[in-house]
Amino acid sequence: MRGYRLWLVVILAIAAISIWMSLPDNPGIHILGMDRDVKIVQGLDLQGGSRVLLQAAPGTDFDDQTMEQAAKNVERRVNGLGVTEAVVQRQEGGRIIVELPGVRQQAVAFESIKSTGLLEFVDFSTVTPGTVPEGACILTTEQVARAEASLPEGEAPRPYDQYTCPSEDLENPVEEPALLQSGQPYRTIMTGAGLSDAAATLQGQLGTQWAVNFVVRDGGNRVNDFINYVANNANRSMAIVLDGRLLSYPTIQADLAASAAAGTMDGGIITGDFTRDEAQILAAQLKYGALPIPLDIIAFDTIGPSLGQISVDRSIRAGIIGVITVLLFMLIYYRVPGIAASMALLLFAVINFALFKFIPVTLSLPAITGFLISIGTAVDGNILIFERMKEELRAGRSMDRAIEAGFERAWTSIRDSNISTIIICLILYFFGNAFGASPVQGFAITLGMGLVINLFTAVVATRTFLHTIVLLIGNQLRERQELLGV
Amino acid sequence: MFQFAQRRKLFFLISACVIIPGLIAMIYSTIQNGSPVKLSIDFTGGTLMEVSFVRNVDEQEVRDTLEEFGLSDYVVQRLDPIATDAIDETDVPAGSRWQLRFEETDRIDDLKVYMQDPNRLGEFWSPKSVEEDPTREDALTTSSVSATVGEEVTRAAILATLAVAVIVLGFIVFAFRRVPHAFRYGACAIIAMFHDIFVTMGIMSILGLLFSWEVDALFLTAILTVVGFSVQDSIVVFDRIRENLPKYRGEEYDMVINRSVLETIHRSIATQLNAIFIMIAILLFGGETIRQFIAILLIGLMSGTYSSIFNAVPLLVAWEKGEIPFVNRDAKRRHQEELTAAS
Repeated sequence: MRGYRLWLVVILAIAAISIWMSLPDNPGIHILGMDRDVKIVQGLDLQGGSRVLLQAAPGTDFDDQTMEQAAKNVERRVNGLGVTEAVVQRQEGGRIIVELPGVRQQAVAFESIKSTGLLEFVDFSTVTPGTVPEGACILTTEQVARAEASLPEGEAPRPYDQYTCPSEDLENPVEEPALLQSGQPYRTIMTGAGLSDAAATLQGQLGTQWAVNFVVRDGGNRVNDFINYVANNANRSMAIVLDGRLLSYPTIQADLAASAAAGTMDGGIITGDFTRDEAQILAAQLKYGALPIPLDIIAFDTIGPSLGQISVDRSIRAGIIGVITVLLFMLIYYRVPGIAASMALLLFAVINFALFKFIPVTLSLPAITGFLISIGTAVDGNILIFERMKEELRAGRSMDRAIEAGFERAWTSIRDSNISTIIICLILYFFGNAFGASPVQGFAITLGMGLVINLFTAVVATRTFLHTIVLLIGNQLRERQELLGV
Repeated sequence: MFQFAQRRKLFFLISACVIIPGLIAMIYSTIQNGSPVKLSIDFTGGTLMEVSFVRNVDEQEVRDTLEEFGLSDYVVQRLDPIATDAIDETDVPAGSRWQLRFEETDRIDDLKVYMQDPNRLGEFWSPKSVEEDPTREDALTTSSVSATVGEEVTRAAILATLAVAVIVLGFIVFAFRRVPHAFRYGACAIIAMFHDIFVTMGIMSILGLLFSWEVDALFLTAILTVVGFSVQDSIVVFDRIRENLPKYRGEEYDMVINRSVLETIHRSIATQLNAIFIMIAILLFGGETIRQFIAILLIGLMSGTYSSIFNAVPLLVAWEKGEIPFVNRDAKRRHQEELTAAS
């Protein structure tokens, strides 16, 4: 009996730790070199948000390094947008998965991920303000250089008047021809690569205009050209062009030109008819640079958060009702052993929940379902044991020996049944690796975890609890076998 | 005593009554749609969109809008409005909610803007106020899968199914390695497994034809989980038969089998009942999005319990007695000789 006392202490310790971790306001573990938050991670389907699968555009060369770089840039951009707990994951075959919890402006987020964001400062010294509309399609030397660099070998370069911009008009999708300057592309002074920092700010007389502040990189690429241009073109225009579209072409103020000439200018401000989101995207693009390779969106999901919240509430309600039913069944059908099984089941639930928070396991709706189903099957071990126990009692064995025999003989069945389902969970986990099948993964993880933990709670914990009960009220049980469910 | 083994023909008949309509539905569906069950975008690629409008639009309006936007191959289905009882502080009346499915995967954002035009379907419905949810996309869910990804998922699904089949076979061979006629036990367990697959697929095919239920990645999960539980059930019963056969050497084969089933049936029923309690709780009180998955899991689980007790075991008896055509004729002859000798 000594062994059980030891087990009881171990089980109580595990229960205490698990309950502590399950507390909603658990502070996390930050001692002994560990630094870990203990909190629930909700899946996208529960908190709402978007999930995007990106792939290197067909025909582009990518290796490990460029993909790593692309993933890093995507991550920086996403964080730059202020998305908390975004997940950016690289996958085989030039793919990147991006999860954006709580992102409602899907188009905005997608655009920031997808667009390669070529920003140019363009020589507009001969353009009179007001003659070119904002949003006009502008051809620049940089665009031509990039297009010609990516040209397949032996193909003739495109004539300048053949360059177009993709249409922005949904109703009338016609490619727009690019504007030229007397038959030639406009001169690019500097690209966004010359900037070191950028931020969205409010400005204007009423402080209601969104704009983007930027700082040039010291000694950056073509930064000197930029400073020289500003210094020499007071009261003339400079254009800011993003992905071939004219954002604005402010007039260079005389005092700015003077500070550029004196070598004290370190940046400037881009104004345009920006909304807050647009200003933030532009700032993120300037700051974190273009992607090393173009990426295509090949799949995406978006989930409205309200639907998720309803699902969470309902799943919790369903789980509580289900667990109470199972507990009642075990108590009514198996009586005193049922008490031990119920305690084990509660222990099972609390250990699982603590691990979900500790590891952490992302709780999506299928994951919660997997956990609930594992509760349903968790009692299978106890049922196998108790049925065996009843048989032994009916065959005339004494109570203590029947309990021992029940646990010993049922063990192989419990082990086999759990192992076969655990293997199936493993297969499902690998199947769930495919993007479209990823809800499967949550289900496989929680069900599989439940089965493993069940091996401990259904056998060791139930046995310990039952022995403790026998120790306390063993004599009554021996006299009244109906308490054992016989 | 209930006669499991003796009434086997009745049990086979019951199974046939469930499976045959399903098979007919699968054949009809294959001719009609090219696949025995309705496949979701997980496998085919495309976009699935759930969207609510403030205005109570009718189906023709939705169709017209999609048509004008330039979609040709689309499916439109009206859904029940989201029940607002679970959302706090809302007094917004539920609008009309729709499920749209189409092949296009690129212009989703454009479509959202297009649909919300006041001259078309109007504003999206949201359970929240305009201040809280200015984009009105709160109750909108879309899922879009390109054809390449769809093909990959299909490939992964086939691989997963094959892997499970191999594991199950290996498991049975291992579990019965020291039993006479081990092959029979394995074959019967696998037939029971196919029974469950056919039952769930057939019912899914019927539901697909009647209510447009679609087979997605989660459906496959349900099937594979069911397979795991089903084989386990068969093994628990067979395990007991294996234990009892030498113990009751004098008894008739079907009596020993009957005894074994009765001894394990408490466990089977108690275990299944608990799983069923949980699933019914999720089905009745749980979230809506998971409902089809649970329904299939529940059907499969019940089929699994039935098939291991009422199919796998009687099949074993039928095999022993030589009642299965083309198999084990010797046993049949011997059995008849015994009968004539006895009379």
